[in-house]
Amino acid sequence: MRDAPAPAVPSLPRGGTDWADRAVTAAVWSVALLFTGVFLWIVGDLVRHGLPHLSWGFLTDAPMDAGRAGGIAPILVSTFLIVGVCLAVSLPLGVGTAVFLAEFSRGESLPARLVRGSLDVLAGVPSIVFGLFGNALFSLYLGMGFSILSGGLTLACMVLPILIRSTEEGLRAVPDDYRKAAAALGLSRTATLWRILLPAATPGLVVGLVLGIGRALSETAALLFTSGYVARMPGSLLDSGRSLTVHIYDLAMNVPGGEANAYATAVVLVTLLLVINMLTFQIADRWLHRRITRT
Amino acid sequence: MSQPRGDASLIWAVRGLAVASGGIVLLIVAFLALEAIPALREVGLRRFFTDASWHPADGADRGAFNLVPMVAGTLTVATGAVLIATPLGIASALFCRFYAPGALGRAYRRLVELLAGIPSVVYGFWGLVVLTPLIRQWQPPGQSLLAGILILTVMILPTVALLSESSLRSIPAAYLRGATALGLSRWATIRGVALPAARSGIFTAVILATGRAVGETMAVLMVMGNIVQVPGSVFDPVRTLTANIALEMGYAMEVHRSALFVTGLMLMAIVVVLVAANARLGREGRRA
Repeated sequence: MRDAPAPAVPSLPRGGTDWADRAVTAAVWSVALLFTGVFLWIVGDLVRHGLPHLSWGFLTDAPMDAGRAGGIAPILVSTFLIVGVCLAVSLPLGVGTAVFLAEFSRGESLPARLVRGSLDVLAGVPSIVFGLFGNALFSLYLGMGFSILSGGLTLACMVLPILIRSTEEGLRAVPDDYRKAAAALGLSRTATLWRILLPAATPGLVVGLVLGIGRALSETAALLFTSGYVARMPGSLLDSGRSLTVHIYDLAMNVPGGEANAYATAVVLVTLLLVINMLTFQIADRWLHRRITRT
Repeated sequence: MSQPRGDASLIWAVRGLAVASGGIVLLIVAFLALEAIPALREVGLRRFFTDASWHPADGADRGAFNLVPMVAGTLTVATGAVLIATPLGIASALFCRFYAPGALGRAYRRLVELLAGIPSVVYGFWGLVVLTPLIRQWQPPGQSLLAGILILTVMILPTVALLSESSLRSIPAAYLRGATALGLSRWATIRGVALPAARSGIFTAVILATGRAVGETMAVLMVMGNIVQVPGSVFDPVRTLTANIALEMGYAMEVHRSALFVTGLMLMAIVVVLVAANARLGREGRRA
């Protein structure tokens, strides 16, 4: 899933002697260098200013003095709760929709086209518009107020297209032979789905899950007016809770002298994103391997 | 063949879930419209473009609702970023696919993927503490249209680069072999064969990047200074539609709040246009 095997394509000739060829080669290499330079600049800056402020205490203490001092413990908890709510809602919705699109509808049928089209639009909706929507529907209309629940539900709408797309791709990658064999054995479609198709499509689902978690962890604008700013330890899902991203934003923009802790929080966030990414890929690889060798 | 009884409930369940997922967009439009109606009724769409200024907190009659500076801000920053990011992104994709030796190309691709995964608030923070002070030394005040364009460029470059690269990767190998057999040089092959063949994929990349640039909130909010004015130069502070929502939603009441939902509807309309353009391109690409 990570690296599609490179197609057998001849490499192009190493460039001729005429000036256009040389100029383009130079330009392409310098763009790549520039890009690498910017990457190193950003990451280097985060690490250089963030690492000195990181400690175990930073992860386990409550923020003090508007976040200038202390740690981010309640903010980590809120972030995990928001992502948890988001996944609890978006996983069943997303997997169900993907199963419908891949297994129970023809690609050109009107319902499938409508669902697909609306998901395409959903994928492009700006995050601040999700924030407006979540504020109007969950916080006010449904009376959840500024809460972890509102934020998580808003994010669930947001990650849905990513989740559906990769689960659907995972299902489509399952060979048709599996379906035919299951039908020949007289398995019901329900059993086929639970016992064969979904297990075989797990890599796609896991990739979708990782991308979804990544998107949810990275989101700020949709949370400003749904889960809110409160930096206390949340007592329930109906409490307002501040995510890591909102904490970075608040420290950078509204708290003079909050930069050091904003750096440290940014390092925590980026590290979290990296670790989740790598861990899940590994688990998916191993899981799939065992599954196939056993059957 | 008779359907086992359990299957019927499964089919209805997945249909129900699919309808729910597909319905979210309608729900979003419905709630934006519902909240926007008071402003549309009491202020009217015309005044959003003809009023003297943006002072929405004074109510429908005495307030002013001119969105033109914010629309201009959004359009200039998005256009600037897309204009810079498109050639750089394509060059980066060409590097990955045709210029870099195998292992370097893969490592570079991984680096671009990492850049794509950095949260926008982190880009914004970096822009605020590193980029804007640099611009301030050159041309105060630093928080400016230029800072917004540069940060957005860095943010949408991975989108253009990764999607263009996968489009270049899917060119039939025979095309490239044919070009090589004709004795074309590397650049001639890219210009004459590879780029035209990957054209529709590259367009898609640019359209998606445009959507991202128009909708981006946190990064532009943090580096652009957020002053409501039509920018006179790239060093002027500017406020975008998205930043305006983020800044004012916290305290907006009544018509003011409703006016912010009108801007939300505008952003939504832009997204629908971009998605429709993309779908159309996709159909033409398949036909060609």
